Amino acid sequence: MIEFRNVTKRYGAVTVLDDVSFTIPSGQFAVVIGPSGCGKTTTLRTINRLIEPQPGTVFIDGEDVMDQDPVQLRRRIGYVIQQIGLFPNMTVEENISVVPKLLKYPKDACATITHELLTLVDMPYEAYAHKYPSELSGGQQQRIGVLRALAASPPIVLMDEPFGALDPVTRESLQEEIKRIQRKLKKTIVFVTHDMDEALRLADVIIFMDGGKILQMATPEEMLHKPQAPIIKSFLGRHIEESGAKEGMKAQEFMKRRVHTVLESAKTLESIERMRKREVNSLVVVDDDDHYLGTVSIETIKAKGKAGRAIGEYIDTTTLTVNRHDDAKEALDKLLASTQNYVIVLNDDRTVAGIITRTSTAKAMGQALWGEIES
Amino acid sequence: MKLITLFLTNGPAIGQSLAVHIMLVIVSVSLGTIIAVPLGIALTRTKRIALIVLATASAVQTIPGLVMLGFALVLLGIGRAPALAVLTIYSILPVLHNTYTGITEVLPAYTDAATGIGMTAMQTLFKVELPLALGAIISGIRVSAVYIVSWATLAGMIGAGGLGDWIWTGLATYNTDYILLGAVPAAILAFLFSAAIGALQRILTPRGLRRRA
Amino acid sequence: MRELLNATGEHLLIVFFSMVAASAIAIALGVLAYWKRRLGSVIIALAEIVQTIPSLALLALLMIVFGLGDVTMGIALILYALLPIIRNTHTALIELPPHLIDAARGVGMSRAQRLAKVEIPLCIPMILGGIKVALVNSLSIAVMGVLIGSGGLGYIIYRGIQQRNMGRILIGAIPVVVIALFFDWAMRRLERRLFRHTS
Ligand SMILES: Nc1ncnc2c1ncn2[C@@H]1O[C@H](COP(=O)(O)OP(=O)(O)OP(=O)(O)O)[C@@H](O)[C@H]1O
Ligand SMILES: [Mg+2]
Repeated sequence: MIEFRNVTKRYGAVTVLDDVSFTIPSGQFAVVIGPSGCGKTTTLRTINRLIEPQPGTVFIDGEDVMDQDPVQLRRRIGYVIQQIGLFPNMTVEENISVVPKLLKYPKDACATITHELLTLVDMPYEAYAHKYPSELSGGQQQRIGVLRALAASPPIVLMDEPFGALDPVTRESLQEEIKRIQRKLKKTIVFVTHDMDEALRLADVIIFMDGGKILQMATPEEMLHKPQAPIIKSFLGRHIEESGAKEGMKAQEFMKRRVHTVLESAKTLESIERMRKREVNSLVVVDDDDHYLGTVSIETIKAKGKAGRAIGEYIDTTTLTVNRHDDAKEALDKLLASTQNYVIVLNDDRTVAGIITRTSTAKAMGQALWGEIES
Repeated sequence: MKLITLFLTNGPAIGQSLAVHIMLVIVSVSLGTIIAVPLGIALTRTKRIALIVLATASAVQTIPGLVMLGFALVLLGIGRAPALAVLTIYSILPVLHNTYTGITEVLPAYTDAATGIGMTAMQTLFKVELPLALGAIISGIRVSAVYIVSWATLAGMIGAGGLGDWIWTGLATYNTDYILLGAVPAAILAFLFSAAIGALQRILTPRGLRRRA
Repeated sequence: MRELLNATGEHLLIVFFSMVAASAIAIALGVLAYWKRRLGSVIIALAEIVQTIPSLALLALLMIVFGLGDVTMGIALILYALLPIIRNTHTALIELPPHLIDAARGVGMSRAQRLAKVEIPLCIPMILGGIKVALVNSLSIAVMGVLIGSGGLGYIIYRGIQQRNMGRILIGAIPVVVIALFFDWAMRRLERRLFRHTS
């Protein structure tokens, strides 16, 4: 059992944790979620004393962590950090058995543990034990990071966005794995994420934080049905509202507001650079007054573009557009009937309001479906 | 051909100078390393002092060899001991610099993970930081050794002995034979030191770190 | 005083001309190493070997071939300056983000155009870094010119050593160190300014 009692943490004038109190019973899978910088990592690191609360108390199984030797305490708590942090100078086996070795387990016990854990994640000992982290894929490294945290059978495991940098498929399979492991080994897990899908999928209980405070602590079902703050609603947004476009919904309620625009006077190379940075393959072109002109794609620039020329020469004006007050369903039908990947949503003055993409549409529909199955 | 006969006729004398030269390099680089590595580690724990020390060290490095040896000559006199003192001081600098940057450049993710799973500060140093900085430290030693082979020839000027004696005599008397007898082995020696330490570095780097090195 | 100014001037001139020549040669070699990978590792290995030759030995050997004087000193300085500049040029070029080269290729630039318009401009801060290292080294190596009958501050220093006169050594040495530190500082600033533009 982990208990926070009136925990506060300040850095100078900034309050990072503001009078936080909660209890996580043993054997529970708790997920801490919230916007970036809300204090999730800080909360996690307060549990194993990497950060010391001032004032406030953290209890583990009724004992104040400040009364315990930090090194001994940390060896009894598994920890998966935000950037994996596998030691590159050690093999997979050495990484996994680091903590057992610190705890002076006999050699053969360490070997047995490595064997068992690798089997648990379907990575045969013979094939992987003697590889170095640099010889593994991202997903495999994440697995080893989790195994290292589990190696000394700690009753509590802390995980800080362990699957943050993975592709969706690998991510999902690792989520299943960790949930299975937790049920099987009956661990108390505190898991940080900012992805609501992940939280709903894994959590027994979700702790929602914002600005260093806990806004709501509830089971996934309860949070879905009674979100207690607007920001929680918006995190859950897709899950509670967007069950596809309902009759009467406007395009603006359906669009993503983050649109990557570029001035028509921008140069070709600069635009390519921007696309690469944002990981998109086209940009919306606007004039100096922000009025919509069309779109430009990386293929066009690569095929026809010359260095140093303005992007205005390569605009594609055939891209679909709708007004933000148009009916959402019509906008979607228009998109699905075309071969294009997105519709640009415009304001009345023809400035850009947002974008509706094929992927976001499919995702919203899929989530609507999946959400129903879950509850 | 002429070169070979030259070396054959002067074989024993050159051999002796070579031995002295190797001794000068090994003694001063070893002493320098023994001083520089712990000092470099200590500096990583006090960033503010570190900046001052490293800036001073790189300023010292711009002092020409002739000048340093001139100081030693005036202050400590002629002989092998003053020469060794100067060589040792000079050999500290590259190792110190590389130890410091090697350790400070270890990604915080690794040290954070080490602390987080319950390593003490000492364990973190010896199991994580030093192994990850080892490559940088050894290449500092390599740079140091190459420099010191060079400085040791200069140190012939203040009576260090070694291959420098031959070059200095050659320069003073415009005797090409003497210059060749000193310069050729010195150049080969520097190359061999560099190659040997490079090989050592490759052997000591764990496979997991090799690709990036 | 007059003597000191003359010596400093000579010192700077030898270093300056050697660095201009060394930069031209080394950047060209660095580009060559980038275009022809196999040849590149040979070029760099050779420059590395040259760099390991003890300075007194190299000077003495060059003197046998080229005789006494400024030319010999200049050649030695150029040889020592090659490695840092070649290496920085080469590293900067191979570490350019591939998408930029792709983009340049995509807009139809030839190899020479790519080099002149995209690659070299982006590499300038790093190349300057190499020149800085070479320059600071050269200032101190040039002191040894006195041993092979070339001018510069080495003359004052060496006479100080022969007379066991600390003051004279210092008079010759201080300008060398001050100038080296000044160039180090100035080039670093220049590097940083340029870096801001290109990044
Ligand atoms: N050592 C520090 N000094 C000052 N401020 C800090 C320090 N560590 C964290 N903060 C601040 O505390 C706040 C909370 O940080 P924390 O790392 O807990 O956020 P987070 O919720 O984990 O965010 P993310 O999702 O981006 O990882 C942030 O605003 C951060 O800038
Ligand atoms: Mg965080």
